[in-house]
Amino acid sequence: MSVNLPSVHYLAILPVLILFGASLALVLATSLVRGHLSRRLTTSVTLAAALAAFVTAFFQWSDVARHGATSTIAHAIVLDGFSVVAAATVATALALATLVAHDWSVRERVTTAEYQILSLASAAGAVLMTQANDLIVVFLGLEILSIGLYVLVAFDRHRATSSEAALKYFLLGSFASAIFVYGAALVYGATGTTNLTSISYFLGSNVLLRPGLLYAGGALLLVGFAFKVAAVPFHLWSPDVYEGAPTPVTGFMASIVKVGAFAAFVRVLISALGTQLATWRPILWVLVAATTLVGASLALVQRNVKRMLAYSSINHAGFMLLGLWAGTIRGTAATLFYLMTYAPVVVATFAVVTLVGGAGDERHQVENYRGLARRQPWLGGALAVLLLSQLGAPLTTGFYAKYAVLAAAVDTGAGVLALVALVAATIAAFFYLRWTLALFADSNDEPARVPVPAATGFVIGLGVVATILFGLWPGPLAALAQHATVLFTP
Amino acid sequence: MHSSIWLTLLILVPIAGSLLAALVRHREGASYLVAVATAGLETALSLVVVVLYNGHVAGAQTFDFASRTVLAAPFGLAYDVAVDGISLFLVALTALVVLLALLGARDRRREPAFVGWLLVLTSATMGSFVAHDLLLFFIFFELTLVPCYFIISQWGGPERSRAALKFFIYTFAGSTFLFVGTLFLGFLHQHQAGGALTFAYGALSATSMSHGTALWLFAAFAVAFAVKSPIWPLHTWSPLVYAEAPTAGSIEMSALLAKLGTYGLLRFAVGLMPLALATMRPILLTLAVIGIVYGSALACVTPDLKRLVAYSSLAQMGFITLGVVTGSKIAMVGAVLLMFNHGVITIGFFLLIGFIERRRGTATIGDLAGLQGPAPVLAAIFTVVMMASIGLPGLSGFISEYLILIGTFATHAWWGVVGTLGVVLAALYLLWAYQRVFQGRVEGPNVEVTDATTHERWVLAPVILLIVVLGVFPKPVLDRITPSVQQLIEHVAPAGVSK
Repeated sequence: MSVNLPSVHYLAILPVLILFGASLALVLATSLVRGHLSRRLTTSVTLAAALAAFVTAFFQWSDVARHGATSTIAHAIVLDGFSVVAAATVATALALATLVAHDWSVRERVTTAEYQILSLASAAGAVLMTQANDLIVVFLGLEILSIGLYVLVAFDRHRATSSEAALKYFLLGSFASAIFVYGAALVYGATGTTNLTSISYFLGSNVLLRPGLLYAGGALLLVGFAFKVAAVPFHLWSPDVYEGAPTPVTGFMASIVKVGAFAAFVRVLISALGTQLATWRPILWVLVAATTLVGASLALVQRNVKRMLAYSSINHAGFMLLGLWAGTIRGTAATLFYLMTYAPVVVATFAVVTLVGGAGDERHQVENYRGLARRQPWLGGALAVLLLSQLGAPLTTGFYAKYAVLAAAVDTGAGVLALVALVAATIAAFFYLRWTLALFADSNDEPARVPVPAATGFVIGLGVVATILFGLWPGPLAALAQHATVLFTP
Repeated sequence: MHSSIWLTLLILVPIAGSLLAALVRHREGASYLVAVATAGLETALSLVVVVLYNGHVAGAQTFDFASRTVLAAPFGLAYDVAVDGISLFLVALTALVVLLALLGARDRRREPAFVGWLLVLTSATMGSFVAHDLLLFFIFFELTLVPCYFIISQWGGPERSRAALKFFIYTFAGSTFLFVGTLFLGFLHQHQAGGALTFAYGALSATSMSHGTALWLFAAFAVAFAVKSPIWPLHTWSPLVYAEAPTAGSIEMSALLAKLGTYGLLRFAVGLMPLALATMRPILLTLAVIGIVYGSALACVTPDLKRLVAYSSLAQMGFITLGVVTGSKIAMVGAVLLMFNHGVITIGFFLLIGFIERRRGTATIGDLAGLQGPAPVLAAIFTVVMMASIGLPGLSGFISEYLILIGTFATHAWWGVVGTLGVVLAALYLLWAYQRVFQGRVEGPNVEVTDATTHERWVLAPVILLIVVLGVFPKPVLDRITPSVQQLIEHVAPAGVSK
């Protein structure tokens, strides 16, 4: 009896191999080496892996440009422009978050290498999700991404809220995963395959007389994704988890989960279920409206900046869903552009929050930011720029991100939905501005200066420069997102 | 056709100035000097543009200094600038406002940041006026919010935080409609014409649309501009904000940023959706005259000089709106002229109030009395500015209001009748305020008030000069405005506008 092994296109899976390999190597090294690995070493390995994954993206891009989109390992993994750009975004977010985490671990006297190991594994999961062309692989990526994060959220053993958040995240997350798997099973039942391309082919060439099974499966998949991206009404975990998790982990989570989950979401909805557009669009319409409005409104009443940013990221998820709602190339490109620009900004924002949080990671009230920009103009000014970017002020990437998704929506004829989203953006502006006001307010007491370590400072600076640079000149990124989606295989 | 480099300089010079001001922030007063020099250069540049402007470039529809560079094709984003007779004097006003605000309303509290924001605001405003592309206009239009917000929230009065938030949220909410409208119009044009997405003014103005679509778009645009202007009933943010903002901020906002609203209404709402004008006209005319009467009435009873000017601005914006929407050429020319004249007059008012506030620590009318005794020159200058605002013949306010009212009477007489009430009321509230503040018995701290210093006189000199010269000899200005208005009217004309 012979087994036919599917052919493997190694370049396609190289980023996953690099990230996961680095993670395994660190695991091995920690068990072989007596004592602890030096912090500098583990950080360098993680950075090198992220950089290698990033550089690989260039080779992959030229491969895609030459041969077009290809699939490998029995069509379960694809290599296309979309996956390349999304994976590069994950790698960037990983590198930035690692730098922040390095300074944080020095401050909090974390000596073990688990943080780096787990974050590498999670990033590998996120990259896998961007390339998944099979519901099973989507699920694999989702789990690899999540399991690492469950542990990372609980990483601060001194704070009970950290463990509580992790437990909450784990319970609800596993529940969502179960729902997702059940959805995948039902879709398999309806179409006889879990491969996204085959699902699309099947639905394109057959008429389902009783589509109930497919709809049920699709709905469950939607719930699974909505949970991961924290879309309303599946968002309830997110404020608690964002607040409880160590701040660098929150930043890491906010960026790579969004990229991974949205990339897979796009593939499942557009590639596999594109023929069912008319069915899922109304559902997504409601999701977008609810997510943007609820996210923005609930952020208003928060005094804790991490909770506020959690709701803000819910609000952003609504905007990303808006691009998805459009279901067009323009919409997909817009969501990708949103992810590319949002990731560095959110990591940098949480980097500032990490610094201001101080030893013990406790100072997260808006009051703790009073007068920050007066005492430390560079740090406070950087935060102001990052917040304005999230608000969507012109000349920052945040403006063009919102512009892109709204343009896609209006192009598809959803003026009303665009208005709803913009109303939400206006509400959101309120709390970004209130925070900014606090930054520039007079403060009576004279709190100690917030120390800014070099690596974190670099990340913040990079976030600010990127948001302003591409805010002045969004051409290259917009073209990249556009090309990436043209090379998108359904 | 002149090179667009002049306009690009007008946008970039203030930015460079604010960066330079930030660089020299540690040296006492250096950033202020840098800012004044920048504003001076900006004014000189704007004068060059005014003098060089040629409204007869073949095939350019009275637009000069034009050029277009695509920045991000998928977004339809392009750097596209040009000026015509309608924006030309607003460009000059932008430069003049910042120069006089810096010279006359110096704020020494954390000066480098203050002048930096003022210059950034100038750049954004300049960008809005020279943008020849709807998307680019929108970007600059939104961008003006950021420096304004920081200026109000950090240098304003006791209620500055509330004022800053109110200002930002109101305007931001208003412009969401403009944003969606802009996108809609862009795609409408793309679906019609094919090719790449573009927001170029010339291309969009050729878009054909149904009457219903035009109505919706016009309404969306009008809301955003009505909030900015402000036009009644979307004005409620303005009295608080004008009163709480520092003097320089009040000058920028009421003399200049308010004009962004009426300019946008004229250029983009009327210019791009002429079909809707006939239907929307009665509504806008009515709102405009309500604004005139309401603003004037409130100006009569307000106890605060700054609020008085704010309410009087509301009335003046009503006049401008009247001129913009009546559709008669003469009224439209008057409206464009009034945008400039009201700007100049408002600079004068706020500078004078700032001078009084600096001496007395208050701008409440009840606390002031008989100031013309100790400060005769100040009182004299106030009189000139006031008379211009009332519309005394021979001063600048007269010509513009007169043109607007003539045009309105010819086409929409009844609205004209009600609007004229505003002229009467203006005389009432301004003269009454003058009586209370400058005449009567001098008592208490009012005795100590000193007269205008040489510096203050020099700062007010350009204001007086412009008020008198444009009152007596407005021809060169009208000659530049009229062809562009003619052009716009011809474009709008098929929609039933009388020439």
